[in-house]
Amino acid sequence: MAKPMNMRDKYNRMTRDLGWEPSYQPKSKIYPQIEFEGIKIENWEQWEDPFRLTMDAYWKYQAEKERKLYAVIDSFAQNNGQLNITDARYVNALKLFLTGISPAEYSAHRGFSMVGRAFPGVGAQVACQMQAVDELRHVQTQVHTISHYNKYFNGFQDFRHMHDRVWYLSVPKSFFEDAQTAGPFEFITAISFSFEYVLTNLLFMPFMSGAAFNGDMATVTFGFSAQSDEARHMTLGLEVIKFMLQQHPDNVPIVQRWIDKWFWRGYRLLSLVAMMMDYMLPKRVMSWKEAWEMYFEQNGGALFEDLARYGIRMPKYWEVSVQEKDHLSHQTWATFYNYGHAAAFHTWMPDAEEMAWLAAKYPDSFDRWYRPRYEHWIAQEKAGHRFYNPSLPMLCQTCQIPMLYTDMDDPTQVVYRSTEYQGEKYHFCSDGCKDIFEHEPEKYVQAWLPVNQIYQGHCGGATVPEVLNWYHLRDGQDNRDYLYSEDRQNWLRWKEASSQLETT
Amino acid sequence: MQIDIRTTNLQPLRHTFAHVARRLGSDKPASRYQEATFDLQPTTSFHYRPLWDPERDLYDERRTAIQMADWYIFKDPRQFYYGSWTIARAKQQDSVERNFAFVEKRNLLDLMTPEWKQKVQEALVPLRHLEYSANLNNCFITAYGYGAAVTQATMLASMDRLGIAQYLTRIGLVLDGNTGAVLDVGKQAWLNDPMWQPLRELAEELLTLQDWFELLVAQNFVLDGLLYPLVYERFDTRISENGGSALAMLTEFMVDWFAETNRFTDMMLKTAAAESAANKTVLEQWVRRWTARVAGALAPLTEHVFAAEAEAVMRELQDDLRTRAKKKCGLDL
Repeated sequence: MAKPMNMRDKYNRMTRDLGWEPSYQPKSKIYPQIEFEGIKIENWEQWEDPFRLTMDAYWKYQAEKERKLYAVIDSFAQNNGQLNITDARYVNALKLFLTGISPAEYSAHRGFSMVGRAFPGVGAQVACQMQAVDELRHVQTQVHTISHYNKYFNGFQDFRHMHDRVWYLSVPKSFFEDAQTAGPFEFITAISFSFEYVLTNLLFMPFMSGAAFNGDMATVTFGFSAQSDEARHMTLGLEVIKFMLQQHPDNVPIVQRWIDKWFWRGYRLLSLVAMMMDYMLPKRVMSWKEAWEMYFEQNGGALFEDLARYGIRMPKYWEVSVQEKDHLSHQTWATFYNYGHAAAFHTWMPDAEEMAWLAAKYPDSFDRWYRPRYEHWIAQEKAGHRFYNPSLPMLCQTCQIPMLYTDMDDPTQVVYRSTEYQGEKYHFCSDGCKDIFEHEPEKYVQAWLPVNQIYQGHCGGATVPEVLNWYHLRDGQDNRDYLYSEDRQNWLRWKEASSQLETT
Repeated sequence: MQIDIRTTNLQPLRHTFAHVARRLGSDKPASRYQEATFDLQPTTSFHYRPLWDPERDLYDERRTAIQMADWYIFKDPRQFYYGSWTIARAKQQDSVERNFAFVEKRNLLDLMTPEWKQKVQEALVPLRHLEYSANLNNCFITAYGYGAAVTQATMLASMDRLGIAQYLTRIGLVLDGNTGAVLDVGKQAWLNDPMWQPLRELAEELLTLQDWFELLVAQNFVLDGLLYPLVYERFDTRISENGGSALAMLTEFMVDWFAETNRFTDMMLKTAAAESAANKTVLEQWVRRWTARVAGALAPLTEHVFAAEAEAVMRELQDDLRTRAKKKCGLDL
């Protein structure tokens, strides 16, 4: 038998050697999107393949993972594995995941197919296409994993319909659409680098660790199964950044601006995860603050030190994110509690033990600013006046989160920033969001802001019941307090039935 | 005799997701394919116009001349979603791997007459470049097509085409004992040899096509519909007659893949044509135009392999494609 070819040469033969320089059509007609962002690539051949995976090996590894995952999903369903979770309250974190994150995986799938076609280099095309098909895997396996929960709990059932309409879901939707509607280089900086490389441990992993801590075998198995895909995606993110920075010095300021923008946009999106970590898990993994310190301040800090030699600095306003770490999750959860009638998951106030945990994790902020507020709301609820905010909040024009974040020096003062564009006034939750708008106002004025859309009559009507109906959000079943929910009643009934079975 | 395992018996609140139930007509258990496909792509509340196509939405029905009231009546007869696809391909890959090992261990490709071994190098190996452009074309359809039912199948097809390009590359490496010389000669032929130029010109033209459904017709129905039978059936038979039956073991994947994927492609054309007379007319125009164009581009390759019979072979293949268009897709050409 012939001597085998070395791996690197073989991989080159299997990928980039397939391409050719076109001569019958101008390259600009085959790759029309590659110029307009101003990124200069001198030589696509210098692209270093972040991983060398040919289709034969890909099919083999992925099929093995799929077989194992679906075996677990099937057995979870057969054995009613949902009865083994810590508490039915946990399921609300999964609702946030399926309505907010899984559709984002779909966007990533389509976005990577766009850049997998848009880039002229075969190495980059193949790496992006592999991520495109992986992301299809992720959305589909998530839907299949959570499908069983949908059969037994409320709030999952119309996740696709909700994702395109419900007010807080426009936060992840607009984030991904912002990236997809940008050029290919900005997309890949946003998703591969800022999101996958810098922030994955703060988005994907908290949900999966939450599943592990709370007895959710199905979701944690999905998490393990996706881990090696995620690792590949992260290496792609780093390669993309280094490649752009090495190709031309003119790329540096463009890339820096994108890193600034997408760090801030990603960080704002993570406020949904922050509240999940601190409030929604019956058994908590770590606090948001601890996670931010470990995964952003330490790991991210080291990364940006490493990138300094290319002329890249820490993302703008990173200091603000550090100042906010004592407040972010509390302010976000408090807002959802106030709008619990318009959320597709249940809300609640933390109990005494949970408040003690929060106080221990947030010694500088919780007892001083948030406990009194919560105790007041709990007292009101006990007196029969559960507080729901009847007004519609003003949303930030960029991140689309209600204007709820406060000045860190004075946590009673909400931050309001605004700017004028073509005679109209636009509002922002932060300097970070204002900067993003001001750089591309013509883009952000187009935002489909849920509250503005309601006022303009595009969301089924002007009253809350009409809007909920338009969301397909069933009042009394999908929303409001966990304590009085159908989910909880069913859970108690099922647990009792299964414990009776154990004793017979 | 029946053995009972007692488990907790819980009544589910519902059997599937609401958007799936609306499509099925009622809340009944849905298949994995249905839950992984229906309505996955957003259709409304888009935030920003794409910088790369400011006249349209991010996902926009107007990127093709084909019009549909509902893009989810396209149903993949293979019911492929990621899991079922990758498991099916891994099984095929096992058999490909065994075949390559078998052929390589016994140097079976050396059984071909030198003349035919040369023909395989000349006429088969450069097709890896054409497969690569097929990969990009399916990736284009995935990027700009409409509806998850369509774009998930073309996503999987993109990866299939990359796999096929890689299998052809491996055949090239088997032929020269892993030096890469055959691949180099093949690439030069693809770039310069007059025999390949019409096909390369066609490939580059397809890479500029903007209507994704037209691209699906041109690449997946017409070009593949003429090329695969030409190369993997007719050419393959000739090779077998000349001592090269072992090659068929290395192209088995392509033969099986083509038969399987045609079921999806035919469904696409059939469903779109059945939707309206306007769609049917557009599809017929496309098939007619691209068939003439592709047959012309394939002529030098066909002549190289079939010499005097080339014209007859190409005529038969076109007849077969027209028959397929009529019988499987309901198109009158």
